[in-house]
Amino acid sequence: MTLPKFDLLQPSTLGEALEILSTTQNAQPIAGGTALLVEMRGRKAEPGVLVDLGRLGDLHGVAPAANELVIGATTTIAELLKNPHVTERASILRDACSTFASPLVRNRATIGGNVAQGSPAGDMAPALLVLDASIELRSVRGKRLVRAVDFWKGPRKTTRKSDEMVVSIRIPLSQTPWLSSWKKLGLRKADAISVASAAVRLSLTADGKCEGARVAVGAVAPTPLRLAKSENALVGKPISREAIAQAAAAAAASSVPINDVRASVDYRRRVVEVLVRRALMEAAWEVLT
Amino acid sequence: MGGADVSERKITLRVNGRTHEVSLPGHRTLLEALRDLGHTDVKNGCEKGDCGACTVLLNGRAVNSCLVLAWQADGATIVTNSGLGTADDPHPIQTAFADAGAVQCGFCTPGLVLSAKALLDANPNPTEAEIREAISGNLCRCTGYSQIVEAVRLAAVRSLKGSGEASHRGQSATDGSHSPSGSRVTGEVQ
Ligand SMILES: Cc1cc2nc3c(=O)[nH]c(=O)nc-3n(C[C@H](O)[C@H](O)[C@H](O)COP(=O)(O)OP(=O)(O)OC[C@H]3O[C@@H](n4cnc5c(N)ncnc54)[C@H](O)[C@@H]3O)c2cc1C
Ligand code: FES
Ligand code: FES
Repeated sequence: MTLPKFDLLQPSTLGEALEILSTTQNAQPIAGGTALLVEMRGRKAEPGVLVDLGRLGDLHGVAPAANELVIGATTTIAELLKNPHVTERASILRDACSTFASPLVRNRATIGGNVAQGSPAGDMAPALLVLDASIELRSVRGKRLVRAVDFWKGPRKTTRKSDEMVVSIRIPLSQTPWLSSWKKLGLRKADAISVASAAVRLSLTADGKCEGARVAVGAVAPTPLRLAKSENALVGKPISREAIAQAAAAAAASSVPINDVRASVDYRRRVVEVLVRRALMEAAWEVLT
Repeated sequence: MGGADVSERKITLRVNGRTHEVSLPGHRTLLEALRDLGHTDVKNGCEKGDCGACTVLLNGRAVNSCLVLAWQADGATIVTNSGLGTADDPHPIQTAFADAGAVQCGFCTPGLVLSAKALLDANPNPTEAEIREAISGNLCRCTGYSQIVEAVRLAAVRSLKGSGEASHRGQSATDGSHSPSGSRVTGEVQ
């Protein structure tokens, strides 16, 4: 079956792309197309005009700066997976890329498309939440930075306005040595959308006191969530199996999952507790054993 | 809603070393364009990124051609399974698939061969886990994957032993084995 008809515009500069988005009715960006073309085939999206971001070179690549990592919106998941700066300075993002779809999809799918699509099951979100990343939006009206915690508003709803583009993801780099872990459960090991996922980062003192904790989960609420209650169960205390169990229970209590083709409400709530516990155990493993 | 009047544009696709100029509208996929040009070794399985039957190498990277718009591939270099080798002059990976019994109905094979090619280009001596990961976007409903994994391993082992052109044609003749055991083959290089 063919795709619904649309006009495809292929601007070569960001300015041109933003101009089109601000002046054209029913226009939408297309980056890797791995989410959008599938939605269009299912007639879940019928944009009249697609604006291809593939020719905007300045939106592409990873630029390390002194205090942040700037990731261009059209950088692919495969490129992130191989990027030494990402591996060294934002390893949880690399981990989330390693379980993302299949190598075929990863060669096209972009981080900007994942963030902008706003799926509660998007795998970049939990990692970006625990990294405290910000999303840089641009339009002809100007630019703004939105923290990841404020970006996702509901299933497929974000703070992005229709004339705005995600141009970069900015990850602050801290001096704190963080321990991190990513756990994803899909219906099979590879090439599967998350049924539930968890990303955690811990900062522990040499004697095992938890000085900082960040916990985020995906696919168990209308948006990806950062979980203050789970974090509060850990911070300021010596890390222990008990504290981890409490943080995991808080994650289940904070989640508001849905029933869908992949899993039930009850299953998701149970499984997110397990994923958060496993992620925290793995991150804290050296100290706990 | 979808614009009724969509215009065509002429684009250039370089497929298996041949240059095609085609006129088509922006909503046609690379998969459709390639099949219309006669490259029917690129299979249409699901058209939503799930099966990998439509795999091609796009500027050297293995992608689902059903998720690429043809215009996005304007000027790109594309390699399909028949670009690697033919029945008369098969590529070592294709020979290995035949020798390992990795082909049953064959619908998944062109895509799998290309995913294997992308893997071996980047990593000539992959572990079983790396092979399974590399082919995870290619579904096979017949073989159960064991022979496919074995085929990729066999292709790797043969090219590590011989090299380049020398191993290309003489492969199946010198080796002669039709279903080598996975463990023996693996043992040779580790
Ligand atoms: C087989 C398969 C498996 C998958 N597995 C996973 C998985 O494991 N994990 C996961 O998270 N996702 C998965 N996905 C979904 C999809 O691949 C990802 O969400 C991907 O990151 C989308 O990026 P894209 O570049 O392809 O976006 P596109 O499809 O091009 O766009 C997605 C949406 O974002 C908008 N958009 C794109 N770029 C921008 C931008 N720069 N600014 C503003 N808006 C923009 C588009 O208008 C569209 O609404 C899978 C998809 C398939 C087909
Ligand atoms: S036809 Fe493209 S992945 Fe199935
Ligand atoms: S051989 Fe039939 S699908 Fe793989």
